[in-house]
Amino acid sequence: MRRFMGLAALAAVLACSGANAQQVNVKIGVLSDMSSLYADIGGPGSVAAAKMAIADFTKDHPNVKVEIVSGDHQNKPDIGTQIANQWYDVDKVDMIIDVPNSGVALAVSQVAANKNKVFIVSGAAASDITGPKCNANTIHWTYDTWMLANGTGTAIVKTGGDTWFFLTSDYAFGHALERDTMAAVEKAGGKVLGKVRHPINTNDFSSFLLQAQSSKAKVIGLANAGGDTINSIKQAAEFGIVKGGQSLAGLLVFASDVAALGLPTAQGLILTETWYWDMNDANRAWTKRWQQERQGKWPTMIHAGVYAGITHYLKTAVALKGNLSDGKAVVAQMKSMPTEDQLFGKGTIRPDGRKTHPAYLLEVKKPSDSKYPGDFYNVRATIPADQAFRPLKEGNCPLVSG
Amino acid sequence: MFEIFGIPSTALFGQLLIGLINGSFYALLSLGLAVIFGMLNIINFSHGAQYMMGAFAAYLILQYSGLGYWPALIIAPILVGITGILVERFFLQWLYKLDHLYGLLLTFGLALIFEGVARNYFGSAGLPYTVPESLRGGQNLGFMFLPNYRAWVVAASLVVCFGTWFVIERTRLGAYLRAATENPTLVRAFGINVPRMITLTYGFGVALAAFAGVMAAPIYNVSPQMGAELIIVVFAVVVIGGMGSILGAIITGFGLGVVEGLTKVFFPEASNTVIFVIMAIVLLVRPAGLFGRRA
Repeated sequence: MRRFMGLAALAAVLACSGANAQQVNVKIGVLSDMSSLYADIGGPGSVAAAKMAIADFTKDHPNVKVEIVSGDHQNKPDIGTQIANQWYDVDKVDMIIDVPNSGVALAVSQVAANKNKVFIVSGAAASDITGPKCNANTIHWTYDTWMLANGTGTAIVKTGGDTWFFLTSDYAFGHALERDTMAAVEKAGGKVLGKVRHPINTNDFSSFLLQAQSSKAKVIGLANAGGDTINSIKQAAEFGIVKGGQSLAGLLVFASDVAALGLPTAQGLILTETWYWDMNDANRAWTKRWQQERQGKWPTMIHAGVYAGITHYLKTAVALKGNLSDGKAVVAQMKSMPTEDQLFGKGTIRPDGRKTHPAYLLEVKKPSDSKYPGDFYNVRATIPADQAFRPLKEGNCPLVSG
Repeated sequence: MFEIFGIPSTALFGQLLIGLINGSFYALLSLGLAVIFGMLNIINFSHGAQYMMGAFAAYLILQYSGLGYWPALIIAPILVGITGILVERFFLQWLYKLDHLYGLLLTFGLALIFEGVARNYFGSAGLPYTVPESLRGGQNLGFMFLPNYRAWVVAASLVVCFGTWFVIERTRLGAYLRAATENPTLVRAFGINVPRMITLTYGFGVALAAFAGVMAAPIYNVSPQMGAELIIVVFAVVVIGGMGSILGAIITGFGLGVVEGLTKVFFPEASNTVIFVIMAIVLLVRPAGLFGRRA
């Protein structure tokens, strides 16, 4: 009888809450590289992070019903655009998130603007997304090339690495990273001696490394990502680049890349990230949950960005009472609300779509200093949120007047 | 120091040497393809996946038995070769009488499965593998720094390539093999077990791919897609050399490595495409390839 009463009470509560809080239906699409070189920095790990964000949010908001779809853009802008069109038009997806690969992200951002939907970038890096190519439907969450360049580039020039040679991945992301780092290096008083652009997914870098070696630059900047960065670092070690007195700057290195290289090869590398799993208890607890789905892997800042981005989007959906059809209005609401989540803490989204939070200058540990699996970095410096990203007025974003 | 097209000659020598090193991977892989196509008439699209399996086998051997690079160089090709033999016994042997397309589709499907399984268990970022202790360091040649490991790669692949060529073109065993592809019924009449010979040949071709995979593990990223990236280029190499021509595969492999290396100096953006441009030209001028038997 007591049990029956309990059930009845519960039913009454549910009925009331149903009457009070409006039912909110949301459909989210995780568009990522599921099967190629960026699949470990985003990919299935992003889907896992998205599911966690949804589970955490709907636990406190039972009236919110979230559906999730995922897709593989194969690093091809045409395929990414096609999936985005299909999702927005036919499958009624309200928001697309992640999209590593700046070429694809810029294309999808255009689709989101044309169809007046929402797009949150976590995986892609090009600072153009909130620069000249910004629009009122896109938010850039986790990191960008300006922030990487400013963090790593400036720090290295300050410690004496004042002549640079770039190995650049030959597409939108690499060009943006190279451009932003050159600006940061020159601003800090350094000089760029040369650069070479290689196709994405290059196997052998020895030819490029030899050119870098003969340039006599003190620092070789790796303006590439994923497997390309791993191959560059692995082969630079082989060609005795670091022993010869030149140092490597990994302009975009993820925890998964460090795991793939192993600490003996990666040690001493300086890099910038906005999130590191081992930074505090909240991150560690989150990582433990994430690893239940991605065993033996380490979450990257992109995964954290997917979690935080979805959390903020769902908050906005509730604030708007589920009225998500006008993408511009949704994004405007997201910008007007301060962000807060367990991974990035408190933050804001600027008028150009740039989400700001602190960035961390990290150094890969020596194998002897690493005490447990995943113990990758020493934190060398924290760059506060207002300095980590490009000043609002310098981005040439049409949304920013003046 | 004199200059060639604005590039210092010393830098150019370095690039030529590096091209030769990369060419040795092309040669090893295209050799396996050429052997399999020449002897079995199968276009082995899973060759890249089997190369990847070689590298993964080296990693797993290190993880689970503690055996390093040198034992892996022998054990990994044998293990992967055995998987090749199973594939031949269970699937490929039914396809010899059908159109090439069936073999191509089957092996392509297998490649996707192998890569998918590897990605599922190991992820796509890659696995660490280091250069063996005895081959660390390098020589300063004056015009470039040559890592010892790269020198070993060139030497080993030259030996393996010409050894294979010698066995197939110059020994009695090779003669049986070639005869069996021309007229299996007649060769069987002489008391030779043709199906077993074909099975072993496929196993050998696959083992060659795995051997290249182990050689690649210390210097390239060991990831599930490592073979898929390379295999397209290797197919172009085989087409340029002439399908099924063993010497053609070896020579074009090394030659195109050099061409690609030079492209990386003069026009790096095109280094991924130059081989396909050459392939298109060769197919226009000599449809059977540079060393193809049919004119």
